[in-house]
Amino acid sequence: MSTERSQIVGQSRRSTIILGLAAWIAALLVFFPIFWMVLNGFKEEIDANSSPKLIFDPTSDRYTEVTTQTEGLLGFQEAFTNSFVIVAISTLLVLIMAIPAAYSLSIRPIAKWRDVLFFFISTKFLPIVAAILPLYIIGTRYGLTNSRIGLVILYTAMNLPLAVWMLRSFFSEVPKELVEAAQIDGAGIRGQITSVILPIVAPGIAATALLCVIFAWNEFFLAVQLNSVDGSTVPIWVSSNVSTRGNFLAKLSAASTLATLPVVIAGWAAQKRMIRGLAMGAIK
Amino acid sequence: MADVTYDGATRIYPGTEIAAVDSLDLDIADGEFLVLVGPSGSGKSTALRMLAGLEFIDGGSVSIGGRDVTLTPPQDRDIAMVFQNYALYPNMTVAANMGFALKQRGIEKEERARRVREAAKVLDLEEYLDRKPKNLSGGQRQRVAMGRAIVREPQVFLMDEPLSNLDAKLRVQTRTELAELQARLGVTTVYVTHDQVEAMTMGHRVAVLRDGKLQQVARPRDLYSTPANRFVAGFIGSPAMNLIDVDPGNGPLQLGTAPITGAPASGTAVGTVGVRPEHLRLGSTGINGRVTVIEELGSQAFVHVAIEHEGRDEVLVVRDEGETDIQRNDNVQVGILGPCHLFGTDGERIDQ
Repeated sequence: MSTERSQIVGQSRRSTIILGLAAWIAALLVFFPIFWMVLNGFKEEIDANSSPKLIFDPTSDRYTEVTTQTEGLLGFQEAFTNSFVIVAISTLLVLIMAIPAAYSLSIRPIAKWRDVLFFFISTKFLPIVAAILPLYIIGTRYGLTNSRIGLVILYTAMNLPLAVWMLRSFFSEVPKELVEAAQIDGAGIRGQITSVILPIVAPGIAATALLCVIFAWNEFFLAVQLNSVDGSTVPIWVSSNVSTRGNFLAKLSAASTLATLPVVIAGWAAQKRMIRGLAMGAIK
Repeated sequence: MADVTYDGATRIYPGTEIAAVDSLDLDIADGEFLVLVGPSGSGKSTALRMLAGLEFIDGGSVSIGGRDVTLTPPQDRDIAMVFQNYALYPNMTVAANMGFALKQRGIEKEERARRVREAAKVLDLEEYLDRKPKNLSGGQRQRVAMGRAIVREPQVFLMDEPLSNLDAKLRVQTRTELAELQARLGVTTVYVTHDQVEAMTMGHRVAVLRDGKLQQVARPRDLYSTPANRFVAGFIGSPAMNLIDVDPGNGPLQLGTAPITGAPASGTAVGTVGVRPEHLRLGSTGINGRVTVIEELGSQAFVHVAIEHEGRDEVLVVRDEGETDIQRNDNVQVGILGPCHLFGTDGERIDQ
């Protein structure tokens, strides 16, 4: 009798099927463009632009094309290196700053922690477009445009409020008694954080880091405004494959697929950490 | 091992006016098992946390082994605490949980393993040393929490309702084991509970708190036989003592129609008369009443009898031993066998 484990008591079989079907349709609708992009990347341009075909002769020529360096243009390697460095360093910086901030906003809340939390999120109220001119002026004055350092600073600032908010809620789930027990067991603040708190919030940190990576990896506006010559990132590289001389859909699909891959891999790696439940068996 | 002293220790939570613990004076002897008991909100846990260093002390002082620790952080107090929800580190094995404090103190790995094994042996945890807390039953987790405390050989054990998450049968069994373990180790122990049965059965002495104020500290027997005030009289003992208010200016003391022997010293006004259920008996003489409820426990029964006292209805709980054939709504007579406790209009005990 336990074959229908997911059946809810009192729910008719028909509505279960209809709901399930609706979920599948929604999921496929969302997934389809990605599926089509991957498919298009392996086609000849003529096939990609003509009527949609599911069966075709796959080719990796488009990938060779997009990864081949053309003199004077932004290359695949350069863009990926820039992106990797900028994303990795900015995410690391975010975590280094957000973890202590989250600690002091949840486990040992400072006075007025609510106001502090609001201040953090309020920095996101300003549309980035409104800030681009001052950013550009300051950037050029201090030589931060067309450099990785400029984007590292901006992406760190961009992701920090979100990271503090997310980590704070994960830290709040750490039972207070665990920290107290560690204290009584003789652990100082560093010991409490490294031995007790961090292992428990590790899934939360992984989730936060993943989001920071995704946002920084996909950021386009700041990159294209400030780093169009040097220090250009992957989104700029993808858009550089949009040509005025015609519609190269297959080539663009190949480039987009390449740009998506690192995020997918990062997500897959983080998921393994995130699945592990929070504070299981800690209390009671 | 050490004695513990609370000297006028006070805790006022930020944003509140009333002290959660109000100038507590308490001396706990070396090796003593002292139980702090009281209803919720009585400040018993706060008092324990003040000793642990988890709660700021707003006034007075606390000392352990003659050393004033009022401003000492918890990690430097050399105490061990067992939490109500055990607070086991979920990412560590049982062995690592028990050895954590030793590791923090920089004790060698071999020595650590040896002491953890010893403690595990005492608590019958040897086969679980490599397990994570989530793979243990409630009783095992409770023992790991105990193990984490005893492995440290601290000056004082602090226990905050360590048995309240166990089921009733295991609780009774663990209660005995814990009392026995404490006696064997001889470590000064402060134990917080809201359960007066736990307090009475485990404590060498019991301190009753109410609204942050210490009501009485005494050996369980004395607490039961000579409660210092109305509150302690009602709190200690199950079922509770019958406490009936009397009108101070109403001539000779009476409970219903029965006179009460043992008049107070002259001039003291009696506000309440207390008598324990076992000191009442259903018989052919005494106060007229009607049975409202019978609680049958097998070896004894508690019979609730409605009586008329000073023109109003009161209920007396009477212990009836052996099998009883009394029915609800029977008319009975309640006789007073044993001593009555007298309390003044201020609730304080009046010695007879």
